[in-house]
Amino acid sequence: MNQVIWVVLLPFVGSVVCLLAHRKAVFALGMAASLGTLIVSVGLVAHVWEHASARVELGGWATPLGIALHLDGLSALFLLLTAVVGVLVGIQAGSYFAQSPELRAMGSRFWPLWLLLWGGLNGVYLCSDVFNAYVLLEISTLAAVGLTILSGSTASLVAGLRYLLAAMFGSFMYLLGVALIYAGTGQLDFLLLSRGVTPQVHTLTAFGLMVFGLLIKSALLPFHFWLPPAHSSAPAPVSAVLSALVVKASFFLLLKIWFVVFESISGGTPGGMPSQLLGILGSLAVFWGSFQAVRQSRLKLLIAYSTVGQLGYLFLIFPILASPDFQGHEALAWGGTIFHLFSHGLAKASLFLAAGCLLQAMGTDDLHAMRDIAGRLPVITFSLGVAGVSLMGLPPSAGFVAKWMLLRAVLASGQWWWAPVIVLGGLLTAAYVFKILAHTFVPSEGEALRLNSVPLVMTLVPLALAILCVLMGFRADEVIALLPAVPHFGTGKNGWEMP
Amino acid sequence: MTFWLPLIVLFSSLVTGLVIFMLPEERSRLRTTLNMLGASVKVAGVFLMAWGLLAHDVVYEVRFTMGFGFDFLLKVDLLSLAFVSLSSNLWFLTTLYAVGYLEGSPNRSRFFGFFSLCVTASTGVALAGNLITFFIFYEFLTLVTYPLVVHRGTPKALEAGRTYLWHAVTAGAVLFLAVVWLQVLSGPFDFVPGGALHAVENLSGTDLKVIFALLIIGLGVKSALVPLHGWLPTAMIAPAPVTALLHAVAVVKAGAFGVMRVIFDVYGKDFAADLGLLSPLALVVVVTILFGSVRALMQRELKRRLAYSTVSQISYIVLGAVVLGPLATVGGLVHLVHQGIMKITLFFCAGILSEFLGIYRIDQMDGVGRKMPVTMALFSIAALGMIGVPPVAGFVSKWHLAQGGIQGGQEWVVAVLVVSSLLNAAYFLPILHACWFKPAAMDFEGTNTQRGTFSKWWEAPWTLMLPTLATALFSLAAGVFAGWEWSPLGVAEKIARGRDGGLP
Repeated sequence: MNQVIWVVLLPFVGSVVCLLAHRKAVFALGMAASLGTLIVSVGLVAHVWEHASARVELGGWATPLGIALHLDGLSALFLLLTAVVGVLVGIQAGSYFAQSPELRAMGSRFWPLWLLLWGGLNGVYLCSDVFNAYVLLEISTLAAVGLTILSGSTASLVAGLRYLLAAMFGSFMYLLGVALIYAGTGQLDFLLLSRGVTPQVHTLTAFGLMVFGLLIKSALLPFHFWLPPAHSSAPAPVSAVLSALVVKASFFLLLKIWFVVFESISGGTPGGMPSQLLGILGSLAVFWGSFQAVRQSRLKLLIAYSTVGQLGYLFLIFPILASPDFQGHEALAWGGTIFHLFSHGLAKASLFLAAGCLLQAMGTDDLHAMRDIAGRLPVITFSLGVAGVSLMGLPPSAGFVAKWMLLRAVLASGQWWWAPVIVLGGLLTAAYVFKILAHTFVPSEGEALRLNSVPLVMTLVPLALAILCVLMGFRADEVIALLPAVPHFGTGKNGWEMP
Repeated sequence: MTFWLPLIVLFSSLVTGLVIFMLPEERSRLRTTLNMLGASVKVAGVFLMAWGLLAHDVVYEVRFTMGFGFDFLLKVDLLSLAFVSLSSNLWFLTTLYAVGYLEGSPNRSRFFGFFSLCVTASTGVALAGNLITFFIFYEFLTLVTYPLVVHRGTPKALEAGRTYLWHAVTAGAVLFLAVVWLQVLSGPFDFVPGGALHAVENLSGTDLKVIFALLIIGLGVKSALVPLHGWLPTAMIAPAPVTALLHAVAVVKAGAFGVMRVIFDVYGKDFAADLGLLSPLALVVVVTILFGSVRALMQRELKRRLAYSTVSQISYIVLGAVVLGPLATVGGLVHLVHQGIMKITLFFCAGILSEFLGIYRIDQMDGVGRKMPVTMALFSIAALGMIGVPPVAGFVSKWHLAQGGIQGGQEWVVAVLVVSSLLNAAYFLPILHACWFKPAAMDFEGTNTQRGTFSKWWEAPWTLMLPTLATALFSLAAGVFAGWEWSPLGVAEKIARGRDGGLP
């Protein structure tokens, strides 16, 4: 089980090596680190698959003194998503950043930052105490901001600064919560905390602050303002990573804080106000994000707003699980949420990478310029379409399975009022996906727009992601089987007992 | 073989479609070969399945579990066999027609790719063994027909595509809600002849009624029940082979087929009648039949008139499902096939007229029978069939529907059928009169140059004429040889006997 640490160390080491290496070797080294991380991640998933969850104490020091890593089904799935998207984005980046001297210079800065980000994300998925989680989340935020401003354009600098300030404020709130809880209990470890938490004023304040900070970082409405400009102004491979992975890391931490650390508080009030509030904000995000996406006329901005909308669905898990008559259906809610997260990760990465290809081919990402794209760039259009189908939650795709499970969970929990959110959200998503697709069918008027050539690899990566998304729609069993190791799942916290 | 055959039937068009997407535009010969190969494999596969099922009682079933009671299930029963043989045979013919029709036009790889996917979807709809699998293919059908509707990319086509999409996607959302809700209440179930729900305990009648309404709304959009029919007349902007397929086998039929599945195999006809669900639906159906016919009468454009005629004719199928007498079930089932072959003939002819003579409106059709006697003869056969003149197929359907109405003590059915037939006659006979007996209104020689002239018998390329000829002859044969054991009627009787048991 000691390879757990490699999934964090390998990207960090790769990052340093890429920083120091000669510009020509960066891609090879970066890819090597990526593939290594993929292999370790897959190994860890296999481990969880066979032996359920595991806990490793680094250096043999027990928790109040040492640092513990915790691997369960939830973290294994996040590791897997990050690794799959990471390697494919890496392949895309290799091709993308090889096209001009300018881009090549950008590429040599991309790899160290991206691997740093990756290591930070993997750390967040594995760490088992609130303070380390803060440090690792902060590392990934700083790396993400660095990636956002990679191109150095004014728009990206403005967006990057806004991103930085919002994320810093969120981190600060979280840190404040950590300080409060540490002062109150003297504990930082998830497990030790979960045993000692009692509903006192300082604990409640700490809980509120930590959740507030994480909500800002996961861009839940009304804290989404930083996301669309940041995600749309970055280079395509970066946008893909930001939308598919980075926002999910803070959501992951939120799940752990909510359902593990403060389980006695959040679960103590059945159908309580805080979880209902998160559900309402999530629903509003679904509507507002999708509505804004429909209104956009630039492709990348549209996709970025779509992220705001799609993230909203994730927050439905809080009210669903808080329902008192939901015993025995937890697996549905977890399955639906994680499936949605996974399918959105794959589909959104595919969309952003495809948009990057279009941007390069057309020189602009204005929707109205996309005349006759379906006829002239069929592979890219096909990827856009397939990924879009998954976002809409229509079969055959992973998104459909996710919607199916979520809707079932909602109806089974007796909180039927979330059902229209899922159904209408899907319709709004259809509206913006078909807004993109409809433009690709319009025949060119007069002289056709001259298209720049796009390397074959760059068109195939989004296709691969989109196809993965479809194939995942046929394999829900494995994901569900991994999930029983999740906290608050089934009969007890089986994955969370001390060894 | 019992596992692989349904998959082969499904994948024959799926793989063809995906390969065709990859083909460069100019490889039209290879594309046509692939298309015809896929279509032949499908027809052969369906034939084998039919033989196995009917002669040896082989059960063809493909099932894999997705978790949480989500089973992906393909299962061949007589009802699916009827639909899948219709769609596979007509796909074969329509592909041939489309090859000729679209010769030389741009983006054919995309067109034929989606065309194949469309047939894959309707095959899946036919073979689906439970509601969730049905829903998967039903939605897939929406997605793959959209690019066909907007194929030409004109503002009008895009507008029609948008109308179609909004109707279909909204209906899909409603259907999704209903399917999931039903599964939450009753647990997973497969389609069972005679209905699955009456065996499930602790279901409240109110829930079942609401779910039934949602299901019918979801399915009624595709099967064009009034007032959900708005998309169908605008979608006729699509190229002729697409409209033909849309009206005869793919979209509209999938909706009607779904209604049958829900009434026969989910609720069960008796259980649905006990719940009092059939009478309101019957009212909607009657309104649709009459409204469609009246609207058809008011149209000046040929394809629009045919489209409204579809609105009316499709509801005959649903009528068969809601009228209590077992003979009406037979009538509805047999109309599923008959309407398909007759309507596809009409659209094939309309396509030939527009493509080679530039005829779009009905007032341009005066005297066209002299210019294109073969095409118009085929058109006449199908039109007479639609009216219900013996011995063409349409008569057989209407006869059984009326018999079923009398059998179930619902004599109003006969009145509806008589009025509807009069209306059908009122909008088809003037066309026939004009094209055969009126002097030519336009100078056809001048318009004939679009695609060059053909010999006296081949009024259009053989790829267009042959499918039209075949479907027209089918319509005639289905009526003349209705007494044969394996005619559409014979099969429909078998299906009905297996389901309700009330058939003498």
